[in-house]
Amino acid sequence: MKDILQELETRRAQARLGGGERRIAAQHAKGKLTARERVELLLDEGSFEEFDMFVAHRCTDFGMQDQRPSGDGVITGWGTINGRMVYVYSQDFTVFGGSLSETHAQKICKIMDMAMQNGAPVIGINDSGGARIQEGVASLAGYAEVFQRNIMASGVVPQISVIMGPCAGGAVYSPAITDFIFMVKDTSFMFVTGPDVVKTVTNEVVTAEELGGATTHTRKSSVADGAFENDVEALTEIRRLVDFLPLNNKSKPPVRPFFDDPGRLDHSLDTLIPDNPNTPYDMKELITKLSDEGDFYEIQEEFAKNIITGFIRLEGRSVGVVANQPMVLAGCLDNDSSRKAARFVRFCDAFEIPILTLVDVPGFLPGTGQEYGGVIKHGAKLLFAYGEATVPKVTVITRKAYGGAYDVMASKHLRGDFNYAWPTAEIAVMGAKGATEIIFRSELGDAEKIAARTQDYEDRFANPFVAAERGFIDEVILPHSTRKRVCRAFASLRGKSQQNPWKKHANMPL
Amino acid sequence: MFNKILIANRGEIACRVIKTARKMGIETVAIYSDADRNALHVEMADEAVHIGPPPANQSYIVIDKVMDAIRQSGAQAVHPGYGFLSENPDFADALETAGVAFIGPPKGAIISMGDKITSKKIAQEAGVATVPGYMGLIADADEAVKISGEIGYPVMIKASAGGGGKGMRIANTDQEAREGFQSSKNEAAKSFGDDRIFIEKFITQPRHIEIQVLCDAHGNGVYLGERECSIQRRNQKVIEEAPSPFLDAATRKAMGEQALSLAMAVGYTSAGTVEFIVDGARKFYFLEMNTRLQVEHPVTELITGVDLVEQMIRVANGEKLTITQADVKLNGWAIESRLYAEDPYREFLPSIGRLTRYRPPAEVASDTHAVRNDTGVFEGGEISMFYDPMIAKLCTWAPDRARAIEEMSRALDGFEVEGIGHNLPFLSAVMEHPKFVSGDITTAFIAEEYPDGFSGVDLADDLLLRVAAASAAMYRVAEIRRTRVSGRMDNHERKIGTVWVVSAQGRDFKVTIDADKDGALVRFDGGATLRVEADWVPGQSLARLNVDGTPLVMKVAKVPNGFRVRLRGADLKVLVRTPRQAELGALMPEKTAPDTSNMLLCPMPGLIVSVDVQVGDKVQNGQVLCTVEAMKMENILRAEKAAVISKINVAAGDSLAVDEVIMEFE
Repeated sequence: MKDILQELETRRAQARLGGGERRIAAQHAKGKLTARERVELLLDEGSFEEFDMFVAHRCTDFGMQDQRPSGDGVITGWGTINGRMVYVYSQDFTVFGGSLSETHAQKICKIMDMAMQNGAPVIGINDSGGARIQEGVASLAGYAEVFQRNIMASGVVPQISVIMGPCAGGAVYSPAITDFIFMVKDTSFMFVTGPDVVKTVTNEVVTAEELGGATTHTRKSSVADGAFENDVEALTEIRRLVDFLPLNNKSKPPVRPFFDDPGRLDHSLDTLIPDNPNTPYDMKELITKLSDEGDFYEIQEEFAKNIITGFIRLEGRSVGVVANQPMVLAGCLDNDSSRKAARFVRFCDAFEIPILTLVDVPGFLPGTGQEYGGVIKHGAKLLFAYGEATVPKVTVITRKAYGGAYDVMASKHLRGDFNYAWPTAEIAVMGAKGATEIIFRSELGDAEKIAARTQDYEDRFANPFVAAERGFIDEVILPHSTRKRVCRAFASLRGKSQQNPWKKHANMPL
Repeated sequence: MFNKILIANRGEIACRVIKTARKMGIETVAIYSDADRNALHVEMADEAVHIGPPPANQSYIVIDKVMDAIRQSGAQAVHPGYGFLSENPDFADALETAGVAFIGPPKGAIISMGDKITSKKIAQEAGVATVPGYMGLIADADEAVKISGEIGYPVMIKASAGGGGKGMRIANTDQEAREGFQSSKNEAAKSFGDDRIFIEKFITQPRHIEIQVLCDAHGNGVYLGERECSIQRRNQKVIEEAPSPFLDAATRKAMGEQALSLAMAVGYTSAGTVEFIVDGARKFYFLEMNTRLQVEHPVTELITGVDLVEQMIRVANGEKLTITQADVKLNGWAIESRLYAEDPYREFLPSIGRLTRYRPPAEVASDTHAVRNDTGVFEGGEISMFYDPMIAKLCTWAPDRARAIEEMSRALDGFEVEGIGHNLPFLSAVMEHPKFVSGDITTAFIAEEYPDGFSGVDLADDLLLRVAAASAAMYRVAEIRRTRVSGRMDNHERKIGTVWVVSAQGRDFKVTIDADKDGALVRFDGGATLRVEADWVPGQSLARLNVDGTPLVMKVAKVPNGFRVRLRGADLKVLVRTPRQAELGALMPEKTAPDTSNMLLCPMPGLIVSVDVQVGDKVQNGQVLCTVEAMKMENILRAEKAAVISKINVAAGDSLAVDEVIMEFE
């Protein structure tokens, strides 16, 4: 009997070794942790339960039958993050370079099916050379099986991808479908075709880092939502993100004890808006000063910095924040910022996370670059996302809310539940100068007259009261009371129920 | 008594004067420039008059505008504070003509003491020892070099109208004398509208000690002890104390009596300060007399109990002094730390911007200790580039010097300033410095002890241990809260372990935490056991703890797996991890910052005044590359090694942010 029990331990020990000591050392030498070490750090201590530890591939071509390591290059299973259930898979680069075989894919599919059935997030840790070439089309089929599950899970359970090594070719499309992609600086990269193919086809010489490193994807392509210094930091911060997310689309966003007075006033906010309307200020100050304990988890921090997206808590409950950033491009909307915010709004709406919108927007960025890039459709994405969202929506206009951008930024007309404005708000079709030059085009030659007209326009429209008179603004609030007001507003919306008409799905301007 | 006084100043000193006036039942009038529309002194005063655009030479020092404000408000007297018009005889003159009282000395005293050359002559005539030097004005750079040679290097080149370190240069060579003369002259012209320059012997290893005098218009005067102001950076005072740890009773008396006789000789009234240089043998030399309230006057107030502003107002009102020399008793020890909006990690370059957080420690006045903070700013306020970068003066008092220093350290630890660069860590570091603690200081203290600038300090072992224990206990509290999130699996919650590894300052401490309802016992593997008690909860940026019965105050901010902790001049990352996390964390590579050694980065936000080189130029170590102006100061950026300029990204007139690349080298 004892021998039989011992046999299990021996097999387990062997499986845990993955590709062997030498490959583990090589992985460490690259500054990377092994697949199992990553799972260990991601989950609560001792909470990981592994599935399919002994699964091996069935390939017999190219001598593969002689190497059949247990686990087949991916660790799968479930565990908890601060006591909340998540499913996880972690590709093992020490086994066949983490390459994806038919059985490797089946393991991933199994835990994704369970996650869907049991309503828990899926976290995928990617570190793979790509398809298992020896298996040919079986490997490609494996990818597609994973994609299909990613698609079905989208909007049902949160899906997070952490890229901790190579992720190339077809492999990129699974993370691409998930809700968030995070990378590790210097040790991860993602691309559809690698530098060698790029060189052959286009004669372009580019390094893997330039083509698809963390910097490229967080700043240029916006494929990634964030990047971290190393594996340990990345996994710590993924745990922090999960604390903000609901387990599935039917459960409420998490609530946790908080140590910040919902009625806390912050008088320094009364001076946040500079005297000069053209002087920028840092919108992040408002975000951190109104949120619980100043805690803000930013998404896509390095991309389209003219809009800020991320998660905060109010009274211990998760809230998604979308805010124009006057420090960058005056906080205007453009192709990139519209896309960025639209995707974030849709994530929040899919998972019942209320949305707080902070508005200081001078309008859409003009120019051929924008128009050729399709600003009409990109801008419409954000408009669509806000208009479609049925979660609680609270909006605070701090300063400018001009033109179409006013409409877009969670205005009353897009079913905003609470639309607040600070006394410094200016809600108008455009800035006073531009407006005057159009209305009084015939007087353009007379600088003095135009100045008087501009002043007149400013006096009439550069305030929140014209909009408040029409009920487009529910209440003009003092900046120092913003936290208190916003907390109360969301508290009153906890029972909000709103349905869109039945449809197979909408046809948003993708 | 006056019904209403106008304060012809801004910032902390305006606020300081308003406080006393209010206490005396006098109404106050503030004046303000465009940049000070929302300033604290405007808020505090009973009324406020706008006097023009931000630059001081278009507002605060324009006599006509201030006179208009006086007329408009009906003020009967004016307190000038320090700087600006405080030592301007034309202003005193204008007030006299308008029949408005000047809360300061008579015009004659200002004139004779305000000019460094005249004042030195008067002091000499009065038998006061003076520093050897050339008493005449210097015509040009050639003459400056010649005279410097005659006096013998090192020499001090000074603006006649100067003060606060402006327009002042030390020269060791002919070339430095030439350069120093020119830059002093330029700076003096800009700052004071008076570019007269003189040169004197530079006394090495000196202490700066000054005597506070107070005289009425009836021939009475007292001296209120001394202030030691030796902790200076580039002749700008940083830390002052009273009394001086160096003076003995006899020297104090001699200095006091000479200071008073000088004051009497010029018919002085009001509060004034006679500055001396004191050498290692306690020989003292007259330096200058400041005919105004000094920045550092609070330390004198704290050890004498005299409200100098009140005395100035009473004297200006014609009252007789009610205190005699016999009444003046020096009680305990007071220290002042000047909080500057200057980034110590960037060679103390001025920093401007919004004070996103400003929480000074609570003021205390008891028999055992006192904390006083004279400030002119508030949370949400703006530090502008137009004025002095000093934003607050934190003072502590205790019965003796050691306790006053400890109080100061604690008060500095509890002072929160965010949004701008500031010198709090540097001030804390000085309080911990053994030389400062021993009182063995000279005006060269900062230059000698921090020759390469300030880059923070390491905590001593025992303090590091206390911080580690505190961090571990706090981290545990934060982690327990995380486990109480909703949606967890019943009966399968995360259990927080008791064994942790705390990493800080390159060291790892394995600890076991036994928590109870009042605190936690932190046992170090193979070492001490410390009890941590605190009501800290996650999100608080200031942690007030009790570690083994002694208070510990530190600023904390969350970082992945730990805290950024700031206290006692140190700024460190403290990681608190499970043993397994620590083990795996050790496998992570150290990452080095990108190489910027071949670039000249803009050290502060400012305006490019001139670019002195062109692409392709070969420059020598020390050669001037360009000049950046910030806060009225011209900062010359020099080559740090021989190099060839490969690229220049800016032109004169450009406004740059910090760390923007000015030029690149091959």
